[in-house]
Amino acid sequence: MNPVPFPFPANPASFDPGAEATRATDAILRDTLDGAHRGVVVDSPPGAGKSTLVVRAALELAAAGRPLMVVAQTNAQVDDLVLRLAEKNSDLPVGRLHSSDPDPYDKALDALPNVRKSAKVGDLSGLDVVVSTAAKWGHVKDVEPWRHAIVDEAYQMRSDALLAVAGLFERALFVGDPGQLDPFAIAEAEQWAGLAYDPSASAVTTLLAHNPGLPQHRLPVSWRLPASAAPLVSDAFYPFTPFRSGTEHADRALDFAVPSDGSGPDRVIDEAALSGWGLLELPARHTPRTDPEAVRAVALVVRRLLDRGGAATSERAPEPVPLTADRIAVGTAHRDQAAAVRGALAALGVVDVTVDTANRLQGREFDVTVVLHPLSGRPDATAFHLETGRLCVLASRHRHACIVVCRAGVDTLLDDHPSTEPVQLGVTVKFPDGWEANHAILSRLAHHRIPWP
Amino acid sequence: MSLIDNLARLDAATTGRAQPRATVRHRHLSQRPLVFVPLITAGEAGAPLGALIGTERTSPRLLTVAQPRDRDLRFAFLSRLAEILLPYVESYADDVEPAERTEADPETGKRVKVEVELCADAPQLIVPSRTGIEFVRLLGRSMRFRRTAEQDPDAPYPAPPRVPLLGRWLTHYGERSRVPGSSLLLAMTDLLSRHWATGQSSLEEQHLGALLAWIEAPEGTSGADAALRAELARDADGQLLCPPAGPATDPAFDNQLLAPAIERHDRARTALAAAADGVEADALLASLGAAEREIDALVASRTRPTWDAVWRGLDALCTLPEAPHTVDRWRGDRWSFTGHRDRVAAGEPPQPRVDDAVTAANKLATREREQARLDAQEALDDPLVMAGRRLAGEAFAGEVTDVVMAYSEGRAPRPRPLVTVRTPDRPQLDEGVKAYRSLAGKPQSFQFVTHTPDGALVLRLLDKMGRGKEPEPGSVPEVGDHVCWTLFEHEQRGGPRLPDPEDTPWTHGGPPETAATTPAVGTPPAPVGDRPDPVTAEDIL
Repeated sequence: MNPVPFPFPANPASFDPGAEATRATDAILRDTLDGAHRGVVVDSPPGAGKSTLVVRAALELAAAGRPLMVVAQTNAQVDDLVLRLAEKNSDLPVGRLHSSDPDPYDKALDALPNVRKSAKVGDLSGLDVVVSTAAKWGHVKDVEPWRHAIVDEAYQMRSDALLAVAGLFERALFVGDPGQLDPFAIAEAEQWAGLAYDPSASAVTTLLAHNPGLPQHRLPVSWRLPASAAPLVSDAFYPFTPFRSGTEHADRALDFAVPSDGSGPDRVIDEAALSGWGLLELPARHTPRTDPEAVRAVALVVRRLLDRGGAATSERAPEPVPLTADRIAVGTAHRDQAAAVRGALAALGVVDVTVDTANRLQGREFDVTVVLHPLSGRPDATAFHLETGRLCVLASRHRHACIVVCRAGVDTLLDDHPSTEPVQLGVTVKFPDGWEANHAILSRLAHHRIPWP
Repeated sequence: MSLIDNLARLDAATTGRAQPRATVRHRHLSQRPLVFVPLITAGEAGAPLGALIGTERTSPRLLTVAQPRDRDLRFAFLSRLAEILLPYVESYADDVEPAERTEADPETGKRVKVEVELCADAPQLIVPSRTGIEFVRLLGRSMRFRRTAEQDPDAPYPAPPRVPLLGRWLTHYGERSRVPGSSLLLAMTDLLSRHWATGQSSLEEQHLGALLAWIEAPEGTSGADAALRAELARDADGQLLCPPAGPATDPAFDNQLLAPAIERHDRARTALAAAADGVEADALLASLGAAEREIDALVASRTRPTWDAVWRGLDALCTLPEAPHTVDRWRGDRWSFTGHRDRVAAGEPPQPRVDDAVTAANKLATREREQARLDAQEALDDPLVMAGRRLAGEAFAGEVTDVVMAYSEGRAPRPRPLVTVRTPDRPQLDEGVKAYRSLAGKPQSFQFVTHTPDGALVLRLLDKMGRGKEPEPGSVPEVGDHVCWTLFEHEQRGGPRLPDPEDTPWTHGGPPETAATTPAVGTPPAPVGDRPDPVTAEDIL
């Protein structure tokens, strides 16, 4: 994959995010509807309107009389897509192909008259759009191939999953975020490293290795990330494919009705409200993964975010919107950490705040995120904890502010553990590596550091 | 590494004694395993120096290559290896039992059951360490594409008759060993560290001598000290008392003992070749024989301690009773063996150099399924492993304190009893999360409903209660029962069926043949079956 330099206008003041995004979208739709290639790849940085693009492409294909199948990665993503499609065009006949497990889809779909749900693809034939997960599509056999497909979150899809479904369509639009977590295998797959069709690689890697001439597009504007976050996330994780925020500093504000009580959590909240970033730094210490002090600090920050009557001003609404529990998320690296944070939040009486690992927060959006740093309190920095995508997901879920809770000493830890992964022949080296991205984020956070206690 | 393993390691480091990681043996061990202790030549990848091999603990066969760089001697070694290994492998081929397998009917395409043979047992290969497994793969790769004079009369350097076949079997064993839980080819260090935790790093655990020292340390002595001795202690001549398990050798051995011996051998050979007459040749032949015997003795002296260590490792493992689910997994190994036996018998070509896209994806799917199956089965077989999963919040055990009958909604209400459990564990439960218990060997599903105010868990029982309106007796836990639930599934579902290789889609380069003629940029050449490499300028110096 050769990163194509992004044509930023020489004068940033003349950059019109809306116009740039429209131009990119138009080019993508042109290639998808009328292009000569069997595939079109779209790279989308966090919050750049990927879902909007998918919905729009599906609607336009359907409107042009070309039925299509949509492949998403999780049931939640499928349900979300179906709801968005129905929201945009409630007359569109949509099929939701689901598994035969109990409760296979979101009950909200039952309220949509033009959405037909079935576990058998035969029941859905003739519908304009049929949506399902890659896992379910993989079991579909002996059907006439669709002329079009949209593959959503294609960078999180594994090459072997694409192999199982690629026979179902003639041409496809592949959409995804290359900066998020790569797919992984729980078994030994090293022997195929470097092969174009390495089954553990991402679907897009395989696709482009075999079809290097496919048009590659990029969405240039993040509508989610605030002006305080977009440059950092772009520089740290997308150095060759930079993007801009769709809003200016003045467009977003986070205010709290209750003044600070001077404690660490309150000071870091104020810092983050002002600058978009906050680092609550605990004293250096080696801890177990579920570091009780760090977990408590995360829970306290969330508690104070709720108690202080926050209000988020943004371009979305004329009036400030209250910062409620459903607009806050806590991100961790491991599931046991998430469980520990949930426990600590419950003890403080906080409910309805999303607490999850980076893997499960992918694709989601909140006003404020509180992140337990993946390297906090660790004696070592493994490839898992250094993975670029993990940090990228955690640092790019927020519309207003991101507060990181971390033990001191991560910078020295990084210096002690340069990445030592073997270089495999034929494998494109990911750049930047997690080590470098971690340093980039840390050095920025250092400007917003609140030591505590 | 899980918390409980860290704990065991800390315990081992503190006490200086290995700690159990399992209460049962999680790998099948054959009644008659073939132990293979190979050595290689330093600086010459794939050049065997010698090996001890055999099924009898007291009488291993010694094979050596007096001059490892001599291809003829190497072929002679491989030929003798085939003479030992292949009869052992083939001795399992004829003892079969009838079994059923689902296959696609060639005419209708439907999945039908067909009666086939399944070998009643399978040969098992045991090497000392993980690098030994790598070496088995390397040997397999180096041999399976060779052609014998019979296969190809024009081959400039024909391989001895059975060598290519040995390569195919070793390749099969090397590949199978990548499947989690498989037992056709095992490394003793892996076996031991699966069942015991020591106070050393996982890298150090690849030293069989040190690992065994931890495990075998008698009561009252320190395994840590014994391990250190095994790693470092040298005799008066500077040779390690416990030679590394190989296949690599200790440089001190190479430099001080092996190199001079090989040199004497080379000199004797050169002198013999230059002998003027029969009388002189006789004397020189004797000195060549002496030089060969010297190398034999050297190789034996480095492999024998490892050979004994492997058998002592087997002794230690046999003190543990075999885990119930190993029978299932060994059946998978028997299928694997039978399958390859059939492919060889059918005259199929050797395994290709590189897997095609579909084969690679199928293999990865199998490995991932087997990994999940292994993780579940080990926990179900072994309370100590389950304790680790409980500690990690992936399982919980407790006493049933209440059972309330309830029914599902709908026209035909089904029994959905609510079970209250008191547990000291802290499972990672959210509303709606499924939990499973083992009921007569089959998983029974529950769904987490809520925490009671006093901290107990309420679960809804979902299945395995029979068809009636009332649950069948014994299918619902009763008050006072002690039950262990897991949050992971006990059985694995099959993944999607992938296309046949000839239907490989355009996203993956199309069918293998066309990919070979029009390689995409950056695409390695597609596998080309058993066609030899094209000759390049570098091949002829």
